[in-house]
Amino acid sequence: MIWHSFSDFWAMGGYAVYVWGSFGMTAALVWAEIAWAKQARRKLVQNIQAERASVALNATDWR
Amino acid sequence: MFSKSLFYFSSPQRFYPVAGKSWPWFAVMASALAVWGLWLGIFVAPTDFQQGEGYRIIFVHVPVSWMSMIIYLAMAFWALMGLTFNTRLSGMMCSALAPTGAICAFLSLWTGALWGKPMWGTWWVWDARLTSELILFFLYLGYIALTNAIDDPRRADKAGGILALVGALNVPVIYFSVKWWNTLHQGASVSVTNGSSMDRTMLDAMLIMAVAFWLYAIAMTLYRVRNIILARERHTQWVADLPEMKAMSTGAIT
Amino acid sequence: MSAFWAIVRRDITLAMRRKAEVITAVFFFVVVAALFPLGIGPDMATLRLTAPGILWIGALLACMLSMGRLFAADYADGTLEQMALSPNGLSVLVAAKILAHWCLSGLPLVLLAPILGLQFDLPTNALWVLTLSLLVGTPLLSLIGAIGAALTLGVRGGDVLLSLLVLPLYVPALIFGAGAVQAEMSGLGASAHLSVLTAMALVAAVFSPWASAAALRLALES
Repeated sequence: MIWHSFSDFWAMGGYAVYVWGSFGMTAALVWAEIAWAKQARRKLVQNIQAERASVALNATDWR
Repeated sequence: MFSKSLFYFSSPQRFYPVAGKSWPWFAVMASALAVWGLWLGIFVAPTDFQQGEGYRIIFVHVPVSWMSMIIYLAMAFWALMGLTFNTRLSGMMCSALAPTGAICAFLSLWTGALWGKPMWGTWWVWDARLTSELILFFLYLGYIALTNAIDDPRRADKAGGILALVGALNVPVIYFSVKWWNTLHQGASVSVTNGSSMDRTMLDAMLIMAVAFWLYAIAMTLYRVRNIILARERHTQWVADLPEMKAMSTGAIT
Repeated sequence: MSAFWAIVRRDITLAMRRKAEVITAVFFFVVVAALFPLGIGPDMATLRLTAPGILWIGALLACMLSMGRLFAADYADGTLEQMALSPNGLSVLVAAKILAHWCLSGLPLVLLAPILGLQFDLPTNALWVLTLSLLVGTPLLSLIGAIGAALTLGVRGGDVLLSLLVLPLYVPALIFGAGAVQAEMSGLGASAHLSVLTAMALVAAVFSPWASAAALRLALES
């Protein structure tokens, strides 16, 4: 552990904006990408289920 | 016999469960390596003599830069497969890779700028690597725009494939020409590190992060290709028979 | 070979009937060359320095904007399908179309360039290199643009999409084209740049009709 205190760690020797700006944006985009893909899957599965439900419903109407 | 196994998994139906079982492993490994790499990079690696603490940006900048190029090569590979063998899954893999690649290219530019400002004084420098990265970012955007604009998925895949291949063939030309352009107008180019003078811990952390991003990209692509498969194969019986589809929401129309 | 020249003749004849297409590219080039000094300032030294880039970019944008029209008309009236079915091979006919398109949109720029270069007070040897670089460069731009035009044929938002696709691929041409003029002006000599530019144009001449034909077949299939 090379940091002597939390404020040293946070300040990153004066480069805080640049270092944390980089790590922060990377983390934000990684998280956003994962969240977006998960949400896309959820909506897709819901969509397909709804389609199948309405198709099944319409099929039974004809009897 | 070999060709049977080669093409066995090129059917989306067969690949879907394979991708489904494997992406969590890649995700776990990526996370573990990322934690280790970040630990080494932020808490163990010493301060750089020349660049102070600002150099730590390389622990994300270098991995995402490498990934942006590797992913484009992977896209070109799948484009070639798709155009040669006319397999649907190849085009899907190519499309699944693109968003991750574009994000890596963007992050490379973002972290590059944040690294450049304290080191060279300006938010942007027209050095060969950054400029080539900008052009690569545009290549990704072009691919995504083209495949999204075409409605027919087969045409979109093949057109995207042609574009990806033409782009991939041009990337060396673009890099060489930008390097030429840069060295004529500027003096020495800036180097990321001076090879052997890099501290061992720094190198380790950087390589671990690079592998972590690689595994992340694989996990993300496998997850995304499953979405693409579902969307395209939604009217087939095998999709209807999937366990996640059969878990019918009881609040449905009855 | 006669089919090749027949298509060239046909395309030029058709375009001359609607002169608007030819004029658009030329007009755009002239306007860009006139607007830049107004934006930069009248200092002749600055203008002389930036002239290669400005003129090359003007020509590049004029080319890029005219690419959308390369296949659109033939696609709309079914001629493209006939070309795809012809025994002459689509690549040959596509090459002919690109040549005709260059004669109409690229060649006028080459002829205009020295005159516009005078506005920027370029020395005579630089004017000569500028014209030469555009003479080799504009066919290269047309060839690359043809691939983009074929890929975006009939697609929503085609023109803007075409520009986005083709822009990264245009960068080497711009670098070596404008660089040739700059090299000439700085005394280094333009032969290296012009050689590379010529090489790229030759490779594109072989590769682009084939790639464009593949993309066109894709557009015709769907």
